[in-house]
Amino acid sequence: MSASNPTLEVASGSGPAKDMRVAEALGRRRRRVAKAVKYACYGATGLGLLLLFSILATLFWNGFSALSLGVFTRVTAPPGSEGGLLNAIVGSLIQTVIGTVIGTPIGLLVGTYLAEYSKSSPLANAVRFVSDILLSAPSILIGLFVYQILVVPFGGFSGWAGSVALAIIVIPIVVRTTEDMLRLLPDTLREAVIGLGAPKWKMVTMVCWRAAASGIVTGVLLAVARVAGETAPLLFTSLGNLNWSLSLSGPMSSLPLTIYAYAGSPYPDWIALAWAGALIITLGVLGLNIVARSLLRRK
Amino acid sequence: MSASMTQTQTQTETGKLHARSHAPLNEPRIAVRNLDFYYGANKALKGIDFDLPDRQVTGMIGPSGCGKSTLLRVLNRMYSLYPGQRATGEVLLDGKNILDTDIDINALRSRIGMVFQKPTPFPMTIYENIAFGIRLHEKLSRSQMDERVEWALTRAAIWGEVKDRLNTSAMGLSGGQQQRLCIARTIAVRPEVILLDEPTSALDPISTLKIEELIDELKRDFTIAIVTHNMQQAARCADQVAFFYLGELIEVAPAEEMFTAPKQKKTQEYITGRFG
Repeated sequence: MSASNPTLEVASGSGPAKDMRVAEALGRRRRRVAKAVKYACYGATGLGLLLLFSILATLFWNGFSALSLGVFTRVTAPPGSEGGLLNAIVGSLIQTVIGTVIGTPIGLLVGTYLAEYSKSSPLANAVRFVSDILLSAPSILIGLFVYQILVVPFGGFSGWAGSVALAIIVIPIVVRTTEDMLRLLPDTLREAVIGLGAPKWKMVTMVCWRAAASGIVTGVLLAVARVAGETAPLLFTSLGNLNWSLSLSGPMSSLPLTIYAYAGSPYPDWIALAWAGALIITLGVLGLNIVARSLLRRK
Repeated sequence: MSASMTQTQTQTETGKLHARSHAPLNEPRIAVRNLDFYYGANKALKGIDFDLPDRQVTGMIGPSGCGKSTLLRVLNRMYSLYPGQRATGEVLLDGKNILDTDIDINALRSRIGMVFQKPTPFPMTIYENIAFGIRLHEKLSRSQMDERVEWALTRAAIWGEVKDRLNTSAMGLSGGQQQRLCIARTIAVRPEVILLDEPTSALDPISTLKIEELIDELKRDFTIAIVTHNMQQAARCADQVAFFYLGELIEVAPAEEMFTAPKQKKTQEYITGRFG
């Protein structure tokens, strides 16, 4: 490409002279597009926040007005007879804690296997793939699965079955965060431990886990927050219980199931309790998220 | 050849690189014989032969990718961590080939310690950082452990700075302090050989000076190999210098000889800054 005018070639390379009118028109168009994209982003953000805050505002408005000491001290009761949510709250706590206690060690070890022992073997890739699918599987499927393997063979709904269903939801979340957090550690840290003559298991348990601890704990807390609000996996497993029961081998109450049952009822006092229950879960999950995030930030 | 000699002499007269050590070399502590190393199919070290003299410092120099760090990682079998990396030939420590499959690799690493380019404190207290390595190989009483930790930190010239905060996290130390902590952690298990992989390249000049003084002091008890990109550092620290280029050992000689009268043209070009 040889330029026709040598002076232009010196100024701006080859090709015809720059037409300032075209350049200005292009500039105006660029600014218009930039503005349009900017306002579209603002608009979408505003819409999202509006929906979110209207949900929260409705929840707080109805929830706080329904909240009383009785909600925490009385068990669920027939409509019109001053019931509370004590059995649902305790049932939720028990099943969430047991689900987390079962799911966390399994998830931790699987995540450790993926990050420390088998980075890209076919088996590791398969495990990672399955775990990711489990992470996004509809939770009702997990409920039905546990119904088939625990409820049907053992002859009834139980708190154990509910806990196992929650554990299955916990596992892939903990697997993912554990693997991610361990992979963030520099290889020189591992080599430094190995270089002292440490066997690999000591490297993993005494240094890598410790170095990744805040991230792993955050993952566990997020998993707890997730399962605390799950309804579907409990429908076919722990069923729900209108009476006070601490027995894990029988049906067990939980907040999400109680909300599900009460919110659809025609009784105003049950509906109010459903709002109170929803508020309790939301505040609990919010609290856990804040703790998790502050832990992660400290890292 | 005569032309290159002239240039070398000119270089020496300008006094840029003065090897500090004039010591004759000791008996070898580690002997490397006909060592080849492979990253998969890529041959990274070709027929290396040289000795690490006992209780002296060997400086390993050469441009990036020349194989000097690779060689260091062979000496404590660090490469065994990674499938696909393998070494053939002999690396003799007390007459035993450490490349043999029947070697106790953890015991080997307690005899040949390593310090890395970036400080790698463990996420625990300063005291626990030192005690961690000791506990891997020895059972000590509480008071023996206290003594050993103090000894290691003193030898690494950091005891004075940390003695009042032994139970605080090692992550709170400065980069230079962290590196001396890592040296303390390495000597705490009482190795015979210490491998230093560019130990000062992430540090400021004052911390670098401290580490270099430390190396000088440690060589009374330990055989030391140091990989460095810094020719002045090699001149200041080393008794023997080995120059690597493209996976080959071009020349190894006492430091004074290396910096005043290198035998190979390539060596001379490198140490005078002609390339690399």
